[in-house]
Amino acid sequence: MISFTVNGRVTEVDVPEDTPLLWVLRDNLGLTGTKFGCGLAQCGACTVHLEGRAVRACVTPVRRAAGRKITTIEAVGEDRIGKAVQQAWLKVDVPQCGYCQSGQIMSAAALLARNPAPTDTDIDAAMDGNLCRCGTYNQIREAIHDAAATLKG
Amino acid sequence: MANVIGTSRRDFLKASALAGGGLVIGFALPVKGRYAQAAADFRPSAFLRVASDGGLTVVCGQSEMGQGVLTALPMLVAEELDADWTRVRVEQAPADAAFANPIFGFQGTGGSTTVMGFWDPLRKAGAAAREMLVSAAAANWGVAASDCRTDNGRVLGPGGRAAGYGELVDRAAALPVPAEPRLKDPKDFRLLGTPARRLDSPPKVDGSGEFGLDVKLPGLLTALLARPPVPGAKLAKVDDTAARAVPGVRDVLQIPQGVAVLADGFHAAEKGRDALVIEWDRGAFASVTSAAISQRLHAAAARDGAVARKDGDPETAAARTVEATYEVPYLAHACMEPMNGTAWVRDGGCEVWAGTQGQGPHQGMVAGLLGIPPEKVKINTTYLGGGFGRRFAADYIVEAVLLSKATGKPVKVVFTREDDTRAMFWRPVSVTKFSAGFDEAGKPVSFRAKVASPSVFIGSGWVTELENGVDHPAVEGIADFFYGVPNVKVEYVREEPGYQIWFWRSVGHSQNCFFMESFVDEMAAAAGKDPFEFRRALLADKPRHRRVLELAAQKAGWGKPLPAGVHRGIAMTHCFGSYVAEVAEVSVGDDGAVKVHRVVAAVDCGMVVNPQIIARQIEGGIVYGLSAALAGKVTIEAGEPRELTFEEYPVLRMSQMPKVEVHIVPSTEKCGGIGEPGTPPIAPAVTNAIFAATGKRIRALPIDPALIRKA
Repeated sequence: MISFTVNGRVTEVDVPEDTPLLWVLRDNLGLTGTKFGCGLAQCGACTVHLEGRAVRACVTPVRRAAGRKITTIEAVGEDRIGKAVQQAWLKVDVPQCGYCQSGQIMSAAALLARNPAPTDTDIDAAMDGNLCRCGTYNQIREAIHDAAATLKG
Repeated sequence: MANVIGTSRRDFLKASALAGGGLVIGFALPVKGRYAQAAADFRPSAFLRVASDGGLTVVCGQSEMGQGVLTALPMLVAEELDADWTRVRVEQAPADAAFANPIFGFQGTGGSTTVMGFWDPLRKAGAAAREMLVSAAAANWGVAASDCRTDNGRVLGPGGRAAGYGELVDRAAALPVPAEPRLKDPKDFRLLGTPARRLDSPPKVDGSGEFGLDVKLPGLLTALLARPPVPGAKLAKVDDTAARAVPGVRDVLQIPQGVAVLADGFHAAEKGRDALVIEWDRGAFASVTSAAISQRLHAAAARDGAVARKDGDPETAAARTVEATYEVPYLAHACMEPMNGTAWVRDGGCEVWAGTQGQGPHQGMVAGLLGIPPEKVKINTTYLGGGFGRRFAADYIVEAVLLSKATGKPVKVVFTREDDTRAMFWRPVSVTKFSAGFDEAGKPVSFRAKVASPSVFIGSGWVTELENGVDHPAVEGIADFFYGVPNVKVEYVREEPGYQIWFWRSVGHSQNCFFMESFVDEMAAAAGKDPFEFRRALLADKPRHRRVLELAAQKAGWGKPLPAGVHRGIAMTHCFGSYVAEVAEVSVGDDGAVKVHRVVAAVDCGMVVNPQIIARQIEGGIVYGLSAALAGKVTIEAGEPRELTFEEYPVLRMSQMPKVEVHIVPSTEKCGGIGEPGTPPIAPAVTNAIFAATGKRIRALPIDPALIRKA
C-alpha cells in the first residue's frame, strides 16, 4: 500500500511500487486529464506537480510520491496561479487537438510559481520539454505572459 | 484525398419534436458505394436541436483533431439560425450514414474538406430551422412571417413583439420543413468571419475532455501487442510463461496482427509484453535499408513513367537546360496521443470508442470483421490527440475488436510511442527528377518532372487500380504545375518498397511543394531573376495565386534589408481549394544549424468562417512542416525503422518556434480547406532562404547541416 495526497485527498493504492505515477493516476485513480505521450520524459504530456514542482509522471515511480502531495490538471485551478493559467489559456484560446495542453498548463503553472515574471528566454527554458504537434507554442507563450500579468494584478 | 469521390446528391431535412419539448432538424444523405455505412434509406438523425430553454445543440459527425470543426460547423448553423452564440453547444455524433461527409460520400474527416463539404447543408439546416421558428412566431401573433425578423436567438415582430426561440420550438416542430430555405447573403453574416471562441477549449484546459486513451469501462483490459518487426515477418516461436506470471496480466493471445498481452492497466500490460520471448522469421525484409530503397527509387526515376500531364511539346528546343533531382524519406505522423482504440463485442454487436478520422469506413470494416450488419456497430468518436491523416487508418480499432471478440471483455489497445512509429503508415518516400528549358532570353519554355514513389492510393486501399497508371497523391502539386510555362510534362513511376504508407498532413503536396518550389527557385536562379519576381511574372493569368504571393512578399518586406546573417526564401502552394504563400526568414550558423526567425504567410481560402482558426491552422501547418524539414525522417536498417522515440524523431520545440504572421485575403469565393495548406510551402521557403544565405541548394529532407556548415 502506498499512500499519498492527490489533489488534496489522501489516497492509498495497492500497486507495485515501481509503477509509474502516470498509470496510477490514470488507471487506478481515473484521473485521465494527465496524458501519456512517450513514457520516456521526452514530451511533457504527463506533467504533474509533486510538492509544487513539475515532474514527468511517466518516469516517476509511485514510491517517490509516498507521503507527498500531487496536483494534477483536474485540480490545478484550485490555486490562484493554476486558475490564472487556465483562464489565460481560455482567453488566448490556446488548444487545438488539446492532448498536450494538460502538461503545458502544469509546466506553465510551475514556472509562474517560481518566477512570477518570466521572460521569453525563461519560457523557452521551462517549456522546452513540452511538445505540441499542433504548433500552439506562440499561443502558449502569449498565455503565460497574460497569466503573469493577471497575477501581478 | 479531396475530389476523389464524386458527389451529386440531394439532401433532406426533416423536423421532429423532441421528447420533453424542442425542435430537431434531421438530415440525411442517401449514401452509396463502397463506404456505404448502414442502410441507405432515409434515417433522419439529429443535426441540430433547439431546446425549449432556447439553447442550440449542433450534432457534428466530423472528427475534431485540433482543426476546429467542432467550432466551425456550429458557426455555420448558428449564423443562418441567428442563434445566440453564447448558448451554442456541440455534440459528437456516432458513426451514421446521415453524417456522411458530402465530399467523400461517407463519414470521415480528411483532405481539409469539412467546411467546404458542409457549407451548404449546414447553412440550409440552420436557415430551415430559422424559417420554421419565424413561422411559429408569426402564427402565434397572427402576423405575417414577412413582418418578422430574427436576432440573437429571438424572433422579433411588429409592435415590439419578441419571443425567444425556446418558446417557439413546440409549434415550430409541427411545421413542414422548407425545402429551399433562403440563405443569407454573405454580406449580412454576423458570426461567420468573426474569431468566435472554440467550443472545445474548456474541456481541453481542465483535463475533462475525453480522448481515446481516456475511455473508461467496467472490466476494461489494456492490451499491448508485439507486432512483426519488419513487413511480412512471421511468428516463429513464442514463450509467454514469464508474461503470464506478471501480476495483473490476464491473458496472452495471438491474433494475425501480433501477440497481445491483456492486463489490468497499462503498466502490467507493458511489463507482460516486455516479458514475452518471441522469435520472428523476418523473411525478405530482414536486410532492407534506406539506402537500398533510395537506390530503387533513383533507378525507377530513370525509367519512362505514366503520363500525368502533357502540355504542348515538352521536348521543345531550349537554349539552356536546368536539371535537378530531389528526395524525401519516410515520415511518421507522431501524433501526441499514441494510437489506441477500445472495443466491446457483445450481444451480437460491437461498440467502439476511438479518436478516428474514418468512422464511416471503420464501421463497415468492423461489421465485416465480425460478420454482423453495420447497424450493429456503434462507433463513438472521442477527441483526437492529433490526426494528420494517421487516424484514417483502422489498425488500432481492428486489433481491439479482435481481442474483445476473443475475450468477450472490453479491450483497449494502446500503442507505446515506439509502437506508434514502428506501426508504419508513414508518408511515402519519393525521388523526383526535374528539368526546365529556357530560351535565349532566359524565359522558361519547358518544364518536365518525373516522380518515382510508391502509390499511397493503392497502399491505403483507397483504390485498387490507378487511373492511367498515375497515383494522384504522388504527383499532386507537380502535375497541377501552375506557372505559365507552355510546354509541360509530368510522369509517374510506381516503385513499391513494401512498407505501409499513408496520408500525411497535406499528402503529396507536403513533399511535392518542397520539390517543385525549390526547383522553381533553381529556375529563377538560372534565369538570373529574383525568386519572387520570377514567380510573379509566371502568374500573370493566375490572380489568386499572384495575390497571396504578393501579399506574403509585401508583408514580409521582400527586398528590404534584414539583420546581418538573416535571409529570406519564398514558396507557395495551391491545394485543398486554398492558396498559401510563405516567406521564411532564416539564418545558418557556422555549424550548419538552421534557425527560422519569422514566417510570414498569406492565405486565400475563400470565404472566411473563423479567422482565428484559419490563422492557427496555417501556423500549426507551418510547425508541422518545419519539424519535418529540420529533422523528420524514418530510416530503415535491417528492415526496421531506426527512429522510434521523440529523441530519435525530434519535433519542433518552444525554443525553436519562429514568430508567425498570417495574413488572410478577403474573399467571396467558395470556401477552401484550411487544415493542410499551411504545411507544404514551409520546407521550400526555408530551403530557398538557405540558398539565399549560403548559395547551397538543399535537394533532400531533412536538411543536412553538413551540407551548409562553414568548411
